Amino acid sequence: MPDGAYNYAYLDEQTKRMIRRAILKAVAVPGYQVPFGGREMPLPYGWGTGGIQVTAAIIGRDDTLKVIDQGADDTTNAVSIRRFFARVADVATTTRTEEATVIQTRHRVPETPLKEGQILVFQVPIPEPLRMLEPRETETRTLHALSEYGVMQVSLYESIARHGRIAKTYNYPVLVNGRYMMSPSPIPKFDNPKLDRNPALQLYGAGREKRIYAVPPYTPVKSLDFDDHPFEIERWTECCALCGSRESFLDEMIVDDEGKRLYVCSDTDYCQERQGAQAQGKEAP
Amino acid sequence: MTDIAPGLADPAHDSQRLFRAILEAFSHPGRIVTLPEAPTGVVPLSHAATAFVLTLVDRDTPLWLEPAFDVPAVRDFVRFHTGARIAMREADALFAVVTPGRTPLLDGFAIGTDPYPDRSATLVIEVPTLTSGETRTIRGPGIKTRAEISIAGVPASFWAEWAANHALFPCGVDVVFTSGASLLALPRSIVVEA
Repeated sequence: MPDGAYNYAYLDEQTKRMIRRAILKAVAVPGYQVPFGGREMPLPYGWGTGGIQVTAAIIGRDDTLKVIDQGADDTTNAVSIRRFFARVADVATTTRTEEATVIQTRHRVPETPLKEGQILVFQVPIPEPLRMLEPRETETRTLHALSEYGVMQVSLYESIARHGRIAKTYNYPVLVNGRYMMSPSPIPKFDNPKLDRNPALQLYGAGREKRIYAVPPYTPVKSLDFDDHPFEIERWTECCALCGSRESFLDEMIVDDEGKRLYVCSDTDYCQERQGAQAQGKEAP
Repeated sequence: MTDIAPGLADPAHDSQRLFRAILEAFSHPGRIVTLPEAPTGVVPLSHAATAFVLTLVDRDTPLWLEPAFDVPAVRDFVRFHTGARIAMREADALFAVVTPGRTPLLDGFAIGTDPYPDRSATLVIEVPTLTSGETRTIRGPGIKTRAEISIAGVPASFWAEWAANHALFPCGVDVVFTSGASLLALPRSIVVEA
């Protein structure tokens, strides 16, 4: 049962309309950060207030919601957000990527390929990809207006000069549809290729910074690189200790006092699906 | 004031359903989306245009009505259900309802600025049908390769205007074509090829 003390999906209708208008603008100008009137939410900044406001503005009783935090459905942030929407929006929840119509995520893109009609909502801490290079909002706004992104290329070049490779491993900057530079939120760069021409709609919400941006389905998303230092994703020599996957993003775990290490899939649903299929003697998906 | 047409019966859920249909249209430009249980609304607005206005327009977003729609029934309907101000000039509006007969069609509306391209207008263009016009090919974000649209009642000059509008990207206006209970979106990011 929804909580009768609140409007449906927690936010009032006026706020939802304002966020919905921002979402449409974000879809019309892919990668551009649309300012919106972010509201105070019943959890602190940094816990997904931006993503929650986007989800609250789009979710309905017909939806099935999945929430992940670092790929896992059963971590504190994911559990509390899922319960929040089950309570205020009377919505069905799932852990299965395939069944979900709306997936709110912190720091991962599911391994299971997304389909048309699904909406992926990212929680974004710092929406401005140039912020660490240029602290002034007036300046970064001008740089976006002029599509002047040399400062980021210099930063990547300096990384190569210092480390012999582009050392950035997460929050790796991308160019959306050849126009706007965008922060993909702190997903590992392993997930960057999944953003490119994805059939699902990607919405990004930053609560503290009060910005919403979007990547429509099938939109080209290019990770920045150089001709002689092309973009590369992480690779592991190990496979997942639970499901044996060599394709998924692996978390490293220390399992005893001797420093013994184990690698497991970060995406719990993907890993469980594979284990389930293996238990039934089927070919793993 | 006694005969204002009804708005959304169940505002929270109806507007959510309608918004998701509108979001689908914006995410997949050129796709004809039929609105679920669109409100009947008020003559001469189509059901889709009525639904669009009730879902997105409110006291923060001045609405401009082309003279064909600027009749007391519509004004009262909009004011009563949304609280929106009826804009006197095109440039003041964030939303507008127009007919394709207006030439130039996109002229005078806010297109945003390079630092703030979101400060722009969204136009609802009421057309006879979305299927029986001249076929044109479109491409851009939201479209896998290419899509075809066949919007009726739009003058040839509009497509030159659209090319100029797209050339302003990231500035420009976004357009929604409405007919009956269906709509089709053309965000500024979309290229109309031929």
